[in-house]
Amino acid sequence: MPEKTIASFSIRKLSIMDEKGHVDEKLLPRLSHDTILKMYKSMVLGRLLDPKLLAMQRQGRISTYIEARGQEACQVGPIFALKKSDMIFPAFRETIAMITRGVPIENVLLYYGGDERGNKIPRRYAFFPVSIPVGSQSTHAVGYAYALKLHKKPNVSLTYFGDGATSEGECMEAMNFAGVWKTPTIFLCQNNQYAISTKHNQQTAAETYAQKAIAFGFEGIQVDGNDIFAVYKAVALAAKKARAGEGPTLIECFTYRLCDHTTSDDAKKYRDPKEVQEWEKKDPITRLRLFMERHKIWDKIKEGKLRKICEKEIDAAIKRWEKIPHPDISDMFTHTYASMPTELQEQLEEISHD
Amino acid sequence: MTELTLLQAINQALHLAMKKHKEVIIIGEDVGKDGGVFRTTEGLITKFGKDRVIDSPLSEAGIVGSCVGMAAAGLRPVAEIQFSGFIFPAMQEIVSHAARIRTRSRGVYTCPIVIRSPCSGGIRALEHHSESEEAFYAQVPGLKVIMPSTPYDAKGLLLAAIEDPDPVIFLEPKRIYRSVKEDVPDRYYTVPIGKAKVVQEGQDVTVVSWGAMMQTTRKALEQLKDISVELIDLRTMSPLDDATIVESVRKTGKLVVVQEAPKTCSVAAEIITRVNEKALDSLEAPMRRVSGPDVIMPLYQLENYYIPSVERIVKAIQETHAY
Repeated sequence: MPEKTIASFSIRKLSIMDEKGHVDEKLLPRLSHDTILKMYKSMVLGRLLDPKLLAMQRQGRISTYIEARGQEACQVGPIFALKKSDMIFPAFRETIAMITRGVPIENVLLYYGGDERGNKIPRRYAFFPVSIPVGSQSTHAVGYAYALKLHKKPNVSLTYFGDGATSEGECMEAMNFAGVWKTPTIFLCQNNQYAISTKHNQQTAAETYAQKAIAFGFEGIQVDGNDIFAVYKAVALAAKKARAGEGPTLIECFTYRLCDHTTSDDAKKYRDPKEVQEWEKKDPITRLRLFMERHKIWDKIKEGKLRKICEKEIDAAIKRWEKIPHPDISDMFTHTYASMPTELQEQLEEISHD
Repeated sequence: MTELTLLQAINQALHLAMKKHKEVIIIGEDVGKDGGVFRTTEGLITKFGKDRVIDSPLSEAGIVGSCVGMAAAGLRPVAEIQFSGFIFPAMQEIVSHAARIRTRSRGVYTCPIVIRSPCSGGIRALEHHSESEEAFYAQVPGLKVIMPSTPYDAKGLLLAAIEDPDPVIFLEPKRIYRSVKEDVPDRYYTVPIGKAKVVQEGQDVTVVSWGAMMQTTRKALEQLKDISVELIDLRTMSPLDDATIVESVRKTGKLVVVQEAPKTCSVAAEIITRVNEKALDSLEAPMRRVSGPDVIMPLYQLENYYIPSVERIVKAIQETHAY
């Protein structure tokens, strides 16, 4: 009765484009120049939105805001790799993914301006509302995908979460369910190196987050999360696999949060500025711009024009948002139940008259 | 009409719901092949198949969290949590998501799920198998909370819960799963959620109870033939039908609430508060709670001291009547 190895695993890492925008042509996904330009625009729009909202937060015009600077490739790539009808279950940092899906910027402003109507995202966007409790939305993506499978629909669900979420029970429970049920679910882990201040080695003893999928019986892969081509390709392949009935995939996007955790955080307390500088050199937007310049589809004039267009878009959204009247007191009662119970009607009246 | 136990009535409701509504699915631990540890889901997998009757992994948060996603996709999941004392890993999904999805999305997404779970004590079980947690859920905006006490109501309320557009916690008093029987119509019918039921009219004292305590309270009333008690089965803890209770107290002037759950911040406390707010001028005696104490539910050597006894109920009603 010899002792023998009965299971073993390996984890692949996919990189297609380096920091200078050089690509591995064999791995490069087939994308039209038009698509690449659209991807770039989404990333730039996201990048420019952050400082605007940060400034508005500092001025007291909105409250806590959650930036995503540095994670643009992980957020934009999946949206382009999926069909518009594939359902997205975001956590709370996915503002760029949200606007890439086409959700109006006013929704973002409403939400961070303390108005829950910002989370009213019509079903046509197939983008579930922001979920704050870390990792808890992963189970929703799996349940949703179960229904897709039951109804034999050709769609998939994708859930965004962070490295810290992999320590939460629900995230792991979701992966276990997805593995058992073979649901068409993509688990997209944005490993931005920090869960607020907690680093990888304090979060897990595993070498990668990708390998956590192995325990649940499906594939995990790590990609360079600052390389939009790698993110796009991994998600596109995972979606193809899911649509073919071959189940879930975990994609760990190895990236870096260049900003603070939220506007209430000061990352200088726990991060070495040299480390941030190193990661700034790996900026996902810079490398795509260098790629486009090398392929002669981009130049400084176009860059200037694009920035102006994005700024205008954001400013116009801010102007539209400013004109939206504050919610009525009844707004907090209206959606508690489909129809308002007597006790809530009484309480609404009590509050309205005080 | 067929004579059914509470358990059989629940099983029949699930069969009818799955037949009538294609979007209803059953999910839980051992609910398929095994038919549930109490047999409430018996026969469903044979009739409706394993895709609609899901033997899930052993994970309460996974079960309820999946239901939230399924509901967003248009299904109407009926989840079973094997014992109500095991529900706590799922509390985040219940409180932070199921109850809030409608509000969070301003009605774009809703969460029409039912979470069924056997509750309360009296079956000589192990730790965590005997608690009465209805007040926990009644505290959560967005949830509806039901605990039936008769086979007729169990069937009609469960079907109403499955049809309801919002999440419902459906607590099943397992002590009376097999001990109450009555004739139940074979057809599909619903009993409205949020309506208490006057099960016995009376003039002297209003007694409100629910779940397994209804059976004990009925026994107590057999010893109180000289007092005209108006007995109300609350049936739904949220939304709370205070109108029926207030109307009764306006008539009797006296109120006793009988519950198995711990006393403090309980549903009984809420009922008394509402009567205080709405019918203080009708009261002729202090309102009383006959309740489980604020202690951990004991193992079976002491559980009959924890669960309000016939004697405690009799005494409370007599004292309130004589006040």
